[in-house]
Formats: sequence, C-alpha cells, structure tokens
Amino acid sequence: MKLANGLIGCFVLSLALSLNAFCQEIPLVDPDPVPVPVSIDDRVFESPREVVAADVDNDDGGVIHVAWKEPAGSTPDHYIVEMAGPDGIWQRVTETVLLDYDVMDLPNFTPMSFRVAAVYGDKVFRSDEVTGAMARDHWLKLGKIPVLLAIAIFIALLVFFIISARLGRELFVRRITGLNAVEDAIGRATEMGRPVLYVPGTSYIEDVATLAALNILGEVARRTVHYDVKIIVPNIDPIVFAIAREIVKETYNSEGRPDAFDPDSVFFMVPEQFAYAAGVNGIMVRQEPATIFFMGWFAAESLIMAETGASTGAVQIAGTDDLGQLPFFITACDYTLIGEELYAASAYLGNEPILLGTLKTQDYSKLVFIIVMVILTVLGLIFPHLDVISWIQVR
Amino acid sequence: MNIATEFWTWNAAILTIAIFSFLWRDNPLYRIAEHLYIGVANGYSITLTYFNVVVPMMIDPLVNAGKMVKQDGFSTAVLNPFNDANFFIILPMMVGALYITRFIPKISWMVRIPIGLTMGYYTAISIPASFEAGILRQLEASIVTRAQLAEFWPGFWTIVILLSTLATLIYFFFSTEQKGVLRPISNFGILMVMIGFGASFGLTVMARISLAIGRFIFLFKDWLGVVS
Repeated sequence: MKLANGLIGCFVLSLALSLNAFCQEIPLVDPDPVPVPVSIDDRVFESPREVVAADVDNDDGGVIHVAWKEPAGSTPDHYIVEMAGPDGIWQRVTETVLLDYDVMDLPNFTPMSFRVAAVYGDKVFRSDEVTGAMARDHWLKLGKIPVLLAIAIFIALLVFFIISARLGRELFVRRITGLNAVEDAIGRATEMGRPVLYVPGTSYIEDVATLAALNILGEVARRTVHYDVKIIVPNIDPIVFAIAREIVKETYNSEGRPDAFDPDSVFFMVPEQFAYAAGVNGIMVRQEPATIFFMGWFAAESLIMAETGASTGAVQIAGTDDLGQLPFFITACDYTLIGEELYAASAYLGNEPILLGTLKTQDYSKLVFIIVMVILTVLGLIFPHLDVISWIQVR
Repeated sequence: MNIATEFWTWNAAILTIAIFSFLWRDNPLYRIAEHLYIGVANGYSITLTYFNVVVPMMIDPLVNAGKMVKQDGFSTAVLNPFNDANFFIILPMMVGALYITRFIPKISWMVRIPIGLTMGYYTAISIPASFEAGILRQLEASIVTRAQLAEFWPGFWTIVILLSTLATLIYFFFSTEQKGVLRPISNFGILMVMIGFGASFGLTVMARISLAIGRFIFLFKDWLGVVS
C-alpha cells in the first residue's frame, strides 16, 4: 500500500511539474533555410556519392538497405534505384527523392548488385555499382526483445501461481456477475425442458477468443451433463468444430455419461459469416433454446443473432473481446463478459487450482503493466531527454 | 417504373425479400432462402478450398515430384519441403488425414493428434502476436511524455487516455474486491469503457444503416426501377 501511495504521489507530482512546464514558452528551433532555387542550366550534374547496400539486421530476411549521399554539385530531381541479380540483368527498383531505400522481397543468400542514378530533367547520372550485397534472415530479432521480456514475466508469474495452487494456497477471485448467471441460466433450461445453444464465435482456432470460448464450452457442457440438458453447438470453422466436438464428448465421458452424448449436437454448419447467422437464427426460432451463449470472436452477425435470440425470450450470455461487437451484445443480451472477463471465465467457472493460477497470472501481469506505465510516464515527465517510449517499443 | 427483366436481378430481389420476411416471423420463404444460402455457401467454400488449397498445396507438389523422379531419377531435392515439387507434403497430409479417424470408433482417439498440433501451433503463434499488438503497442500509446504536452488539447487527451487506461485495467483486476479507493477508480474505468462502446455503437449502426439502404436501393432502383 505504501508503495502504491508512493507511486501515486510521484505520478501526481510529475504531472504537476509537466503541466507547469507545459505553460512555459517552448523555444522554437530556427527552420532550415530555404534553398535558393537555381535554374537547371546552373546545376552541376553528378552521380550520387558513397552508395552502400547492406543486409538489414534483426529481420526475417529478404531486405537490403540501400543508402547514398547527395551529389556534391546540386540536388537532383529524384533518384532511381536499380538492381541486378546473379544473371546481371539490371532492373529499376524504385524512384525516390529520399537518400535511402529498403529493397524488399529479395532471395536470401543471393549476391545482388545495386546502383543509384541521379536524375536532372532528362539527364541521368549513375553511381558505381555496389556488388555482393546479400539479404539473409537472422536468428534473433533484437527489436522484439520487449515482447520476449513481457512473455518471460508472464511465464514466471504463471509458474509461480501454478506451483502456489498445487501447494494448496487459496487463490481469491472476486465475483463476476455474468459468470454467476451461467448456473442459473442452465438451471432455467432444465426447468423449461429446452436445450442450451452455444455459439463459439465466428473466428478460427488461432484466435485467442476462440480458445477462451472452447475452454468455457467445457464448463458449460459439464453443467448441461449435470442437469441432463441438451446442448447444441453449431460451428463455422471445421477445425474449431473438431475440437469443440472432442471437448463436449470428453466432458460427457469424464462426467460418467458417455451414453448421453449426442454426436449430432456438435456440428459444422457453414464457413460463411451471414449464412451461419441465418442458420443459427433458424435454430433459435425452431428449437427455442432456453439459454444462449455467444462466446468468442464475432463480427457484423453479432446483433443479428443476439436480436433474434432476445425475440425468442431466451436468457442470453455473451462474451467477446471484439470492441466493435461488445456494444451490440451489451444492448441485446442479459449478461455480457467484456474482453478480459471472457479469458477469466473458464478459470472462474471451473474453479480448478491450476486454471485459477492462470487467472491470477493475468491479473498480476496487468499489475506489472500498470506499474511499468506509471514509472515510464513519471520518468518521461521528469526527464524529457529520456526516450522512455523506445524502451518498450517493438520494431 | 422500369422493372428489371434479367433473371438474376429477380433472383436476388426475391431472395432479399425472403430474408427480410424473417422480420415478420419464421416462414417457409425464409426457410428456403436460409437453406439455399447455407447450401450455396458450403458448396462455394468446398470448391474454393479444393482449387486454392488441395490442388496447389497437395496435388501439384506430388504430381510435379512424380514427374521429376520419372525424368531425372530420384534425388534428395524431391524431399525438400521448400521445393514446388516434393514428396515431403505426404507427412502433413497424413497428420491431416487423422481427422477422418473419428469415423472409426476403435482408433477415433487419433483425432487428438492433429487437434493437439493445431492448438499448440496456433496458441504459440497467437501469444507473441497478442503481447505485441494487444499489450506493448497499447502500453506505448498510453505513456505520457513531456513532448506530448507541448500543445494543450493533444496533451489533455493524452492524459485522459492514460488515466482511462489505468482505471480500466483496475476494473478488470479480479484478485481483489473493488472497495475503498479502488471502487471510484474502477467505476471511472467502466464509465470510460461504456463511453467508448457508445461511440462504437453509433458508428457501427450508421454503417449498418448504409448497408440496409444499399439493399433498398437495389430493390427500388435495380429491380423495380421506381427510383432513378
């Protein structure tokens, strides 16, 4: 708490200091003198000087950086960068008024030659050739070190909390209203004798929201087995479908009810967004599920489905990390898990120590990022010459 | 009135009306359109996958590798996965084919192999990307420096962004009860989130209305020809 008070104090002090500084006049730097225009006849025509072509460090390969200096005599209209491969055939890469250029999409480990031409009206003056420049890929991208550090912090916290959970330490998580409603909503479906519809989003398996939705599916399926309620899971992606089916099947097995698993309850519908929405709407109005879950990533179909679900009188619980669709779910659904709550849901519902450890990791990672943000802001305000943003900048 | 005479315009108009009829209630016309839509989308997707994935990524490399072996004899080049013609593609094909084992109850457990590989691969891909785009870039954009305060309004909004970000992060902190000093901070956080959602809602609704207008223009202009 003392640390927090200290940080807040520092933060407020530095804001006050900077606002004070901000009211003072900032000295203006004299602009560069405008060059006096000269007629083309007065110019001295020369080729670009000191042309250099070198591989770009810390990249995926395929890029060579070409740089040159302006001709000593006068500024040309523009430059032309040319290159030749091992076959020796020269080709134009680009025209530019700048003094360097990144040539992209080159083959790695292939010697290339470059030259730069200065263009004055219809006159072209070429530099000497620079030969033997080779693009290559690199093992380390030093510009990504902030990502590596962030992941290292995350993994360290994850290991710490999982070990803590395994050692039996109690991990506190506050109430999340939307998730408390899950139990009641499935209970309602039991009382009404109607199915539960689970829509696992309209994205692919590589999406974090889809992975979270599949985690939650396991917990929802566990409750439907417990209450003996039918669950319907239509899928838009064949791979997500295969995984969702395995999750539901495995849940029925682990709950001791493999006979109750209906293979047709989890199915692939169609891989097209609005066709999928039309199909899900059809299920809503014909099978009249008592409870509908929308979990995962959604796009423009979110309101179409949520409005139809609301018109059938179903209890709707939505969760997504898509900022564009959250307002629609908040409007049309009874409960909405906003962003981070979606990721926390499976741990919260499962109440398993290891999953709670991951939830704690998310939380304390946020705390680390809050502290980093405050410290860097304080430093940035007190010491303006420090380029604090570059410390966490990913290149 | 200059009603359309083209078959496909009529087709599109009737299907548009069939889908709009759902606004009244579920009915046979909507069901026909819905099933047609799903069927056509599936058929289109299968064809697209066959010509964009199966042929260039599976059939072509194998056929080309076969031709190469027939012409020049066997060489290690046909085992190089980076070559256009290679037999290496058989390995991922075999892993992918394990998805089909779920139809054979005795070996259906093997479907977990491609599922595990897929989930592991995509989780590994998405974690660094999420850290970069979802955390570090946001962090970078939220930090306030003296240079950002050089002008009043940009400086003011930079401070608002920083304070809103901090308050929102505190709202999504689940490890402690939101009471005491945390309560007003998290309330401010969720207020900022809701203001953001309100703006997003308005913007998206405008875009959706323009889509609906587009459909009505099609019906009244291209089909019925009652507007010019």
